[in-house]
Amino acid sequence: MSEATATHAGVEPQETPLTPESWGKLGMWLFLAGDAMSFGCLIVGYGILRHASTNWPVPSAILGINLTAFMTFLLIVSSVWMVLSLSAIQKGDKARFKKFLGLVILGGLIFLGCQAYEWTHLITEVLPHHNLAFGKDLFATTFFVLTGFHGLHVTGGVIYNTCVLVAVSRGRYQAKHVEIAGLYWHFVDLVWILIFTFVYLV
Amino acid sequence: MTTTTHDEPNYMGVFWWLLALTLLELGVIYMPIHRMGILVLLVVLAISKAVLVALYFMHLKFERVTLGLIALSPFVLCVFLILMLLPDIFPR
Repeated sequence: MSEATATHAGVEPQETPLTPESWGKLGMWLFLAGDAMSFGCLIVGYGILRHASTNWPVPSAILGINLTAFMTFLLIVSSVWMVLSLSAIQKGDKARFKKFLGLVILGGLIFLGCQAYEWTHLITEVLPHHNLAFGKDLFATTFFVLTGFHGLHVTGGVIYNTCVLVAVSRGRYQAKHVEIAGLYWHFVDLVWILIFTFVYLV
Repeated sequence: MTTTTHDEPNYMGVFWWLLALTLLELGVIYMPIHRMGILVLLVVLAISKAVLVALYFMHLKFERVTLGLIALSPFVLCVFLILMLLPDIFPR
């Protein structure tokens, strides 16, 4: 069957020009490039607003960095678990795969729990003490927009990884699907590395 | 169809590098140097970590160059944004 015939018959052509493994991988990369543009705009916008502001507080003094340093460590470790789960499924070791992807999901949930605690602590105690609030000043608003947008991505990643875990367990997904899910999760980790630096440390 | 075939990177080695760079970042903010120096160091460290994740965890090092260019395309937008907003950043 020629490539054209295969396409018209609704069958996935065997190879893509850039990702011979699957079209899904190319699709994920294109999605991530678009998503990176969203985060890029938010981070650049944050930088511009911060630079233009005359009374921007010292972030580390208000936000604290101990908890977020732990959250950063957690996402880095979860990225390692993700590649180990991919390595396991590529070798056909489903038990090891399930263990590591389960840890990735758990890591994501703990991250979200930490973020919920951080937000609650900031909204109820820290920000009012400094006369700051979401919608009232740029420091708080940009903080919640950036970390909230990232938190939504982590939530999506937890749901996505859970679906992949179930699908692999049922034999419907293979290693190539895990690799695609891994790309998304590593991207979430990569973006947090930048947010941690620009929002909390700088 | 199979997933990408290449030698498995040393994932734990990358992890230790990421951990070391993160600890270095936390140390940099307390360094008694000019604020601009701290900013430059933090940006360099953050970009180094991001590159490590992209190259080894996302396997970009083993992909085709064109895919790498797709991955880099958002930075063009960021640079464009920064350049276009320069008049606002440094008003005459």
